[in-house]
Amino acid sequence: MPVKRAEKTPMPVRDPHLRAHDFEEVNEGYCFAHAMFEAERCLRCQDPVCVDGCPVRVPIADFMHAVAADDIAKAAEILREANPLAAICGRVCPQEAQCEKNCHMTTRFGPVAIGHLERYVSDWEMAQPAKTDVKQPWREEKVAIVGSGPSGLVCAGELARMGYHVTVFEALHAPGGVLRYGIPEFRLPNTILDWEIEQLEHMGVEFINNVIIGKTITMDSLFKERGYSAVFIGTGAGLPKFLGIPGESLNGVYSANEFLTRINLMQAFDFPNSETPLKVGKRVAVIGSGNTAMDAVRSALRLGAEQAMVVYRRTENEMTARIEEYEHAIEEGVEMHWLTNPVEVLGEDGWVTGLKCVKMELGEPDDSGRARPIPIEDSEFIFPVDNVVLSIGTRPNPLLVKATPGLKTHSWGGLLVDERKVETSVHRVYAGGDAVTGAATVILAAGAGKRAAEAIHHDIQADATA
Amino acid sequence: MVKIVEKRQLTPITSLYRVDAPLIAGSARAGQFVIVRVREGGERIPLTITDYDRKSGLITIVVQEVGATTRRLGELGVGDDILDMVGPLGEPPEIPSGGHIVGVGGGFGSAALLCLMKELCEKGEKTTVILGAREKSLLILADELAEIVGNLEICTDDGSAGFKGFVTERLQQMIDGGPPGYPDHVISIGPMPMMRAVEKTTSAAGVPCTASLDPLMIDGTGMCGGCRVTVGGEVRFACVDGPFFDSHKVDFDEAVSRSKMYTKEEQQAAECQRAAAGAH
Repeated sequence: MPVKRAEKTPMPVRDPHLRAHDFEEVNEGYCFAHAMFEAERCLRCQDPVCVDGCPVRVPIADFMHAVAADDIAKAAEILREANPLAAICGRVCPQEAQCEKNCHMTTRFGPVAIGHLERYVSDWEMAQPAKTDVKQPWREEKVAIVGSGPSGLVCAGELARMGYHVTVFEALHAPGGVLRYGIPEFRLPNTILDWEIEQLEHMGVEFINNVIIGKTITMDSLFKERGYSAVFIGTGAGLPKFLGIPGESLNGVYSANEFLTRINLMQAFDFPNSETPLKVGKRVAVIGSGNTAMDAVRSALRLGAEQAMVVYRRTENEMTARIEEYEHAIEEGVEMHWLTNPVEVLGEDGWVTGLKCVKMELGEPDDSGRARPIPIEDSEFIFPVDNVVLSIGTRPNPLLVKATPGLKTHSWGGLLVDERKVETSVHRVYAGGDAVTGAATVILAAGAGKRAAEAIHHDIQADATA
Repeated sequence: MVKIVEKRQLTPITSLYRVDAPLIAGSARAGQFVIVRVREGGERIPLTITDYDRKSGLITIVVQEVGATTRRLGELGVGDDILDMVGPLGEPPEIPSGGHIVGVGGGFGSAALLCLMKELCEKGEKTTVILGAREKSLLILADELAEIVGNLEICTDDGSAGFKGFVTERLQQMIDGGPPGYPDHVISIGPMPMMRAVEKTTSAAGVPCTASLDPLMIDGTGMCGGCRVTVGGEVRFACVDGPFFDSHKVDFDEAVSRSKMYTKEEQQAAECQRAAAGAH
């Protein structure tokens, strides 16, 4: 008889009716008993394939064992050694497509909740007495990091650990990149991000806000005048795409970037105490189906929208959002309109009044391998809406490339890197994350930051001995 | 944080500040701008760089108190810090060399023209500035401009200084052959209605015209797309592609409409600020 095993311990969440009206975190986190029980579900595989699914190769089995043995300090040490952003990744990683996908328990009983346990351990770590010391770099060489998003933070942390002087330059007034301006507090509270950044400061990393490399300081001057031995570009993919349909410049149409930046970075939910406003009407349509679309549509609900809907030209199966975000959105009352393609934003006196759409059907797979949506003739209809939020993807920002001679990109804007996948066309300038790959995930960016740090260390040491 | 080292009141609601921002002063060029934030929870607003000095590391900005953030800035004095300042942002305009370049500034626009005209004059260009205001007391930086440009033409609606009438009427006289001569290129910086009027005047005469737009912005690096303007049928971002565009191609109707998006909220923020001030 097959052994019956317990199913995945669900994450305790706040009541959808309550949480859909505030920006407090949705997931409440495991308690001690949840964590112990869940860690015991791990089969202790001799060949832990879960690790292969992790872009930063967290030794998952070891950390599971430490949790099960109630040695959380050890678990935290194992985790942090491999992933300097564990508290963040435990919250925002698409585990179902990575570590948990590979878990041997997945097919029959559901995977071990690796992500939830990662969060549990990080939360324990955050509850410990704050560090007060700041480690001093012991090497002479300095490395500059451009952009303080996930790839830059991880690269900075790794290099600081190796003893380098590390300076992170951030264009905005607060560090974190997309973790700050993009991901809402109900998914990733700012206090978590602040804590992760504090840990890096304790490791000796210096953060300088309000500096745009390529504008305030040139790349060249980082090397020549400021004495940096290497530069890592982690500028992400921050440039919003628009659909190019009529009516996109009407008042009430936002890029998801603008919509979320007003809320997350500028705290528009606290208007007028915070001075940045955001117009959210009764009916909001968000176009797209990624995590950003889910973040935007759920934020719209929290800002008073009575009808918040996702409009997507393909179906649920092609949707790119994490399953948890999708389920949470449904629980909170978000409407999903699949196979629906917007063709025009309608307006009156300069303001949005509706979204004209056409119904679609799926055809043969296209270049991306996903079924190609084809418009159905004479199926046009109108959603009466007050806001349209475009969440159809982003491109790497060309600002630094335009200002830096010799920095080469693909035609779509991604930075070209060498066969090690880290060094750009400019000597000792490295890059990683969305700036290289186009919009992807936090953990892939973290992995790239880590790889770049290793390459930077290798190259600087090679230069020193040459 | 950047420290205010000098403050000069230009009108009851307009102040000039020199602030210690060596990195920005070191790389600024005429026509660029900075984004500032005055307090935690405050807005990010763009302000034109009126002047910069690479040696002293100071930049000059001019602030007109029109909203909550600019009023907070107005309350700051010498020795105070501005919480955040980032820049220089935007691209300097491309003005063809060799002709008679006429800058047209309305009200507050002279703050942006100053730096631009200074650079053009240093390059040896023939320049004129037409400066307009409702009345004499609202003119700003006229003396400073007079020191720089070849000709300074003042226009006031009520005739309290210089030519009585609109800047466009004075510009038309020049187009018609009046002194100081036909404009080969016009740069217009000022309120939307003025820039539209200058566009009409120059368009009718076939004179090239560059306008400086100042739409709503958040990050200033191309990330939010809030500052998008339609130019020649294409969507452009004023923060990274601008702020200067071919005036004849700008969709001013749309730009005006977008600039009014938060009028109500701006009033609400200002009222909230006044109420908070009253409570102290």
